[in-house]
This record gives sequence, C-alpha cells and structure tokens, in this order.
Amino acid sequence: MAQVTLDSVRKIYPNGVEAVTPASFQIKDGEFVVLVGPSGCGKSTLLRMIAGLEDITEGALSIGDNVVNTLDPADRDIAMVFQNYALYPHMTVRKNIAYGLKNRKTPKDVIAQKVDEAAKMLNLTEYLDRKPAQLSGGQRQRVAMGRAIVRDPALFLFDEPLSNLDAKLRNQMRIEIKALQRRLGVTSIYVTHDQVEAMTMADRIIVLNGGRIEQIGTPSDIYHNPASTFVASFMGAPPMNLVAAEMQDGILSFAGLELPLASSMRGPVTLGLRPEDLIIDSHGPLAMEVELIEELGAHRLLHGQVNGQRLTVHLAKEEQVALGPLHLSCRVQNLCLFHPETGARMDGGFAFNLAQDRMEERV
Amino acid sequence: MADISLSTATPVIPRRRFLWSTLVDHAVLITGALIMFFPLLVMLQTASTPDIETMKYGPGLYFGDQLDDNFRKAMFEASGFSGANTGLSMFKNSLILGLGFAIGKIVIGMMAAYAIVYFRLRFATFAFWLIFTTLLLPLEVRILPSYEITQKLGLLNTYTGLIVPLIASATATFFFRQFFRSVPEELVEAARIDGAGPVKFFIDILVPLSQTMIAAMFIIMFVYGWNQYLWPTMITTDEGMYTLVRGIKRIVQVLQGGNEIPEYGRANVLAIIAVLPPVAIVIFFQSWFVKGLTESDK
Repeated sequence: MAQVTLDSVRKIYPNGVEAVTPASFQIKDGEFVVLVGPSGCGKSTLLRMIAGLEDITEGALSIGDNVVNTLDPADRDIAMVFQNYALYPHMTVRKNIAYGLKNRKTPKDVIAQKVDEAAKMLNLTEYLDRKPAQLSGGQRQRVAMGRAIVRDPALFLFDEPLSNLDAKLRNQMRIEIKALQRRLGVTSIYVTHDQVEAMTMADRIIVLNGGRIEQIGTPSDIYHNPASTFVASFMGAPPMNLVAAEMQDGILSFAGLELPLASSMRGPVTLGLRPEDLIIDSHGPLAMEVELIEELGAHRLLHGQVNGQRLTVHLAKEEQVALGPLHLSCRVQNLCLFHPETGARMDGGFAFNLAQDRMEERV
Repeated sequence: MADISLSTATPVIPRRRFLWSTLVDHAVLITGALIMFFPLLVMLQTASTPDIETMKYGPGLYFGDQLDDNFRKAMFEASGFSGANTGLSMFKNSLILGLGFAIGKIVIGMMAAYAIVYFRLRFATFAFWLIFTTLLLPLEVRILPSYEITQKLGLLNTYTGLIVPLIASATATFFFRQFFRSVPEELVEAARIDGAGPVKFFIDILVPLSQTMIAAMFIIMFVYGWNQYLWPTMITTDEGMYTLVRGIKRIVQVLQGGNEIPEYGRANVLAIIAVLPPVAIVIFFQSWFVKGLTESDK
C-alpha cells in the first residue's frame, strides 16, 4: 500500500501527438481515485503509464517513495484489471489467479492458500477448475479481480473493467469492487468514461479532457462546483443546463430571470443550472415551453425551451405536469457562471455574496 | 369427416422431400471418391499378385494370394546391394524425415513469428517480407547451392543433412505471424504485469494458445516432408539412409537394365505403406486441422 505521486508526467507519442499534457497530482494511501473523461481524453494512456505498459515521455512517477519511471510493470508492485478481462484462455481459473504468484516463485502451499482465500472472497470457489470460456462475463471479471487481489499489490489499476458487462451486472459489480477496495484498503486508480461509475465509486475524481486535467475533486465537489463547462456537462445525468446569459451593472439576466450579483463583470456569460435546481413555480420568472416528458419512475425529466434555449428540468414524481407552457424559478445558491468562450468557471465563490439576503428565497 | 378432424388433431410432421438434386450431388461425390480410390485398388491388386502375372497381363480384376509374401519381402528383405534398405529401415527414415521436417518447421516458424510480432525490431516488417519472398525460391530453384553447402559441411547421408536445409519455412512463419497478431494485446500486458518474461510468455501462454494452429501446421508439414523426393534423392547415396518414397522407385528401376522382372508386388506394398502415415495423421488431427485454420480460439 502506498501513495502515488505524478510530477508533470507527460506523454508524447512518436508521431508527435501529445496524449497527456504535463499532469501532476498525488493519490493518498488507500484512496480510490477515478480518472474520467470522454474517449481519447488520455485517461487510459495515463493509467498505462502508471502501470508501466507505456513509456513516460517526461516527468516523474513515484509509487511509495520510489520513482518507478523505468521499472518493468512486474516490478512496480501493481495489479491491473483489464476491460476485456485478459484471462489466459487455456488456463483454469485457479491457474489464472495463481500465474502471477507462480512467476514470483511463491511457495506452492502459499499460492494454494491465497488462491482459495481470494476465490472465497469473490464467490469463485466452485468455478476454480473451469476455463474462462465456461464463465459468464461477471464471473470472468471476478477472476480478473482475483488475479489482482492474490498479489497483495501496493496499487490496483482498473482499465474500464465494467464496460463489457450489461447494465444490471455493472451496477452490482460496481458495488462489489468498491466494497472490496474498502475492505482491502489498497490504493486504487480506476479509469472509466461512465460518469455514474466515477461519481459512485470515487473518493476523488480526476476529470480529463483532451489530455488535460480539467478538475480534481471529490464527487460532490465536482458535481456542485464544476471548474468548467466541460466538467459541468460531462458529470451528471442529465447534464447541467448551460445557457447564454448577460451581465450588466451587477445584474445577471437570463430570459425573465434577473439576479443582482456582486461583480463588476459585464457582457455575455454562460449560466449553468442543474436540472434539479429548477422548480415549477407559477409566479417564477422563467417561461418554459415543455416539449417532452421523460418518465423515469422515481422522477421525471422535462425537456423544453426557455427563450429559445434548451433546458432540462428534474421533477419529483409527485408533481403533475403537461406539455405546453410552464413557469419556473430556480435555486440561486447553486448557479454557476462560466466564461462564454473558454468555458472556465468565473464566479469563484464570491458571486452571490451581495445577494445573501435573497439566497434563501426563490427568485 | 372423421378423417379430417383426426388429421387436424395430430400434428403433421412434414416428410423430408426427396430431392433429385441431392441424388445428383451424391452421385457426383461417389463417382469422385471411386476415381480417387481406383489407384489404391490397383496398388492393392498388384501387391497381391505374383510379379510375372503383373508383367504378363497388367493389372487385373482379381486378388492374388501373394500379399503376405510380398509384404514380408518388402518390409524385411533388402532390395539393394548393401542389404540395408529394407522396407522397415526406409519407413523409419521417412518417419524421421517427416517428423523432423514438421517439428523443425513449426519450431523455427513460431520463433521467427514471435520475434517479428512481439519485439520492437527495427526491420521487423522488412525481415518478414524478406522471409516471405523466399516462397518464390523453392528448393528446386536453389538446389545446387543447397547441395554444395550441405556437401561441404559433410552432411551427405545424415539425418541432419536431410532435414535441416529444408526447415526454414516462410509458410509456417506467415501463418504463425497472422495468428500471433490476432492474440489480444491485453494478454501480453497481463502477462507482463504477472511477471512473465519473453520466454515464459512464449512457453506458458503463446504455445498453448497456438495448439490448434500447431496441429494444422503439423499435418501439412508432415505430409509435405514425408513426400519429399528430390532432396532425399540428392542427399542420400547410402542405402541405409533411403526413404520410402525414394526406395520404391529403386525397386522398379531394374526394368531399365532389362535383365530382371521388376518386383511390382513388393514396390506396391511399399507404396501402400507409404500412403498410410499421412492418411493416419490427417484422420487423427482432422478436427484440429479445421479448427486451426478457421476458428480463432482465444
């Protein structure tokens, strides 16, 4: 068990493409960190550099106290779970799990004991003598986990381990992996493109976009305080509503909504509104034309337009709505302001200070 | 009316219709099989007939009583001068050639393909195509230099000389290369993390994964090696080193001298025996063969 430190780690492929711009962060001992981002954002490259499967172009990577840039994957004291499991098809489950230990010249009785322990932990005991082809996707994933666990590594690496499973199994495995990680207390880095996985599993999330780190933070931090429009629209399902608004003389205005803000900014801004912060209110300032209602059982999503801009509203199941015109207000304390061109966060916490007295109201 | 209700009550199982096209298909196949089988029947007939009768009447429609006699002669009596080329010793030589040829080609082909696919060699692709172009240079084209080298190395009349010059194989290298390239990359990475070095990965993972491919290659290469004629004819002058395919010809060759009746029976017994191992191997490995060439079991 160890902490992982990246110091300006950078990856440039031989063809000149910069897959990862210098990235620096530290992962604490026992922490579960999720790297999330759309495909091609460099998250897998970053993970593979940590694993030693990909060379590091620049910067220093340390696991524990040692810089491991030039160490072989086998010598980094890591274990990795792959997206397509990467089980050895000709070996039984038992041999698959034991292979890493066997290569490290572990005594036979120790191997047998560890394999049995891991199998019990993962409910694989009765499948130990089967070949991977005879197992279901979830079981194969567990074998891959078992192969990682028996090694007692300092660091677990997961490369989109759940994307080959169906939705139901994915939810179940998500919980299993998280529980297992808690129990073993092993530092883990988990790569996914699924923001739900990221939100539910992570102690901390690192959001990547185009090889660059957009934001590092706890799931709730990332959700409520996105650092950019990219993070705001990527994290959360449905994503944050991003609409064009206008700042003028300390007043933020969007459609019928007018908010006094302690800011000297002027000109256009991008306003971010979480769907659940929009409330049906017959006296509300926002006039929305509802075009579609998505029924999700526990709640409903309204899709429509306000002043020609698309908005999604999250609605508790008790509230009755129909297609057509509707008035909304919003919870102002959760608004976010972004730069209209760069997408960077602008309000930075000071924005609503003057409006303190009105914070509790609905505007 | 009763009939109608009954027939609606019991489910009607549609009888398979008799199709003339099926009949024609089978007729064609059976005819083909008979034509293919005919030479074997002639061999069997000749093998069982006294040589004089074969000489006089040619192949007939009856079975003779000499099969046992001819078999004994073919297998245990020498036909040459030194007495070393009995059927048994030739069979052994053929077997050594076939096995050595097949195994050698597989081992070399696999190792070459492993190097080309898995190692960052600067000229890997170039090397591969260089190997590939040797398909354009079969033994017959380079037989003189090959012979000269073998002879200078003092390898005439040795198994080494018989096998080694033939075992570099572009075909095997090509097939294994294609196969290795289809092995998922993650498997290599998982093995690296599991602490398997290049040799361990090759032996523990790649070789077992290639089983079906190896079997398919083995059949092709064994039959190929077993049927070698030209090279053994060049390399072996010692009768004790003769292979079956080469030995059979020697037996019938006396006709050219004009003094003796060729031992047709004996030669045909040997021919039948020469057919058996390839057939046996194909039957034995058949299911693997199809799997290896079509299915990718990963």
